Amino acid sequence: MVEMRELSVADAAAGIASGEISREEYFEAWRGAAAGDELGAYLWQSDAAAAGLPIAVKDIFCTEGVPTTAGSRILEGYRPPYTATAVRRLAEAGFQVLGKTNMDEFAMGSSNENSAFGPVRNPWDRERVPGGSSGGSAAAVGGGLAPCAIGTDTGGSIRQPAALCGIVGLKPTYGAISRYGMIAFASSLDQCGPLTRDVTDAALLLDALQGRDPCDSTSVGIEGGVKPPSRESLEGLHFAVPAELAHDAIESGVRAVFESTLKRIEGLGGEIAEVPLTHAEHGISAYYVIAPAEASANLARYDGVRYGMRAEELGDLISMYESTRAEGFGDEVKRRIMLGTYALSSGYYEAYYGRAQKVRTKIAGDYASAFSSFDFVVTPTSPSVAFGLGEKVDDPLAMYMNDFFTVPMSLAGIPAISIPAGLAEPDGGGPQLPVGFQIAAPAFGEQRLLETAYALEQEIGFDARPGSVSDG
Amino acid sequence: MERMAGELSGILEHVDRIGELELDDVPPTSHVVELENVLRPDEPRPSWPREDILAQAPDPADGAFRVPSPQADS
Repeated sequence: MVEMRELSVADAAAGIASGEISREEYFEAWRGAAAGDELGAYLWQSDAAAAGLPIAVKDIFCTEGVPTTAGSRILEGYRPPYTATAVRRLAEAGFQVLGKTNMDEFAMGSSNENSAFGPVRNPWDRERVPGGSSGGSAAAVGGGLAPCAIGTDTGGSIRQPAALCGIVGLKPTYGAISRYGMIAFASSLDQCGPLTRDVTDAALLLDALQGRDPCDSTSVGIEGGVKPPSRESLEGLHFAVPAELAHDAIESGVRAVFESTLKRIEGLGGEIAEVPLTHAEHGISAYYVIAPAEASANLARYDGVRYGMRAEELGDLISMYESTRAEGFGDEVKRRIMLGTYALSSGYYEAYYGRAQKVRTKIAGDYASAFSSFDFVVTPTSPSVAFGLGEKVDDPLAMYMNDFFTVPMSLAGIPAISIPAGLAEPDGGGPQLPVGFQIAAPAFGEQRLLETAYALEQEIGFDARPGSVSDG
Repeated sequence: MERMAGELSGILEHVDRIGELELDDVPPTSHVVELENVLRPDEPRPSWPREDILAQAPDPADGAFRVPSPQADS
């Protein structure tokens, strides 16, 4: 059974297709692994008969008849009457939901500590966070509790937890995958994507997930679909490193892994140069105006009337709304609703929301000009390795800084992938923990992005697993 | 509430840095993918069964969502 779970999803699918592997045995092996979850990765596990390739699904995707909470009390008990397009497309491609994974409430967070149903633990060190907001999906794949998973990324919520859990995480171009049935956080930024053990599996999932959907008018799909990557050389490809990176606050171990990965790119024939991305440093400011503004509008639907919970203590209609939201939403969600409504309020709109949208234009412009002479932009995925549970909960701004390298691509709407590039100690010492390397490409450049990530992945040969590394 | 007020001030202070940028002639971006208006044929389709939708409501009654009165209890 253990050997079966060592296979990549692509290899397992091939084995099932050729009859070498039993579909039922494969699914049951993973069901058994998921049942042993000690990380808090799952919120719900399926007991349905095995019929497909198992996949863990972030609890932000609506699944017909199956509890869907988005990590929030306010949706406790909600069983959607329909299934998200992304999950439906996976089912059509032969996948079956193994379980629903834990997450920061409404995908707001970078540590998974904002879940109403308890934190998720990092499989590499259970006293540390798995990252967020797709922390349950990342911990499940990194911790051997699922062969693959999907999550959502609004400002880094796939890439950052993938980096902190030592797996591959891909945020596709905005519009590549339908958002229908994906509970909305910030609608102009939210995008579904895969969390997998390798780049080939990410390509396999992306091909199943992408496509235009009549139920999401912003979905366009990826023309020609996505093929398994096979590139070996990076000859003729140009990689841009943001010039500002030299001054950015990055842990020394993360920086060392990043620099050794740049050398590997050069070893494969790729060319590297610095390029100014001057507005990237304002990404966090623009993001933490735009995302809360959109969230404050999206979350107005939770009112205790049509679905989810209603506070016990009633009174008139307005006090019912107020007490339902007071009880149903957690601190971070309340914080962002306040930020968002403030940024949109008359008198402050231009200074905050208006300016943030202009900064978004500048950031997208920086990338457009970088891509006129470079194929890719590369950065560390996260400024640090996984940090301790509780370490940043009392400092929201420090928590937001985790998204420093991932937010700009979200604002520009371009695809970016994080692949495990090595292990490093946190500043101040501690265990060896995974470090992610982020590669960003022009909009709808997923195939080239995956080919490049694949070539680099083969060169890096990252094969460390949780538990295989001794505490340093 | 006091704790949150302090946190929000700290966040806004950081966000205020975008006030230093020269942005007068920059158009705002609300959406990143260039899309044309998408139309579909206007064909009637069945809507969701009322009972399925009401089954999720905290307090369904007589085929509708029941809510407390907008007036305070008298």
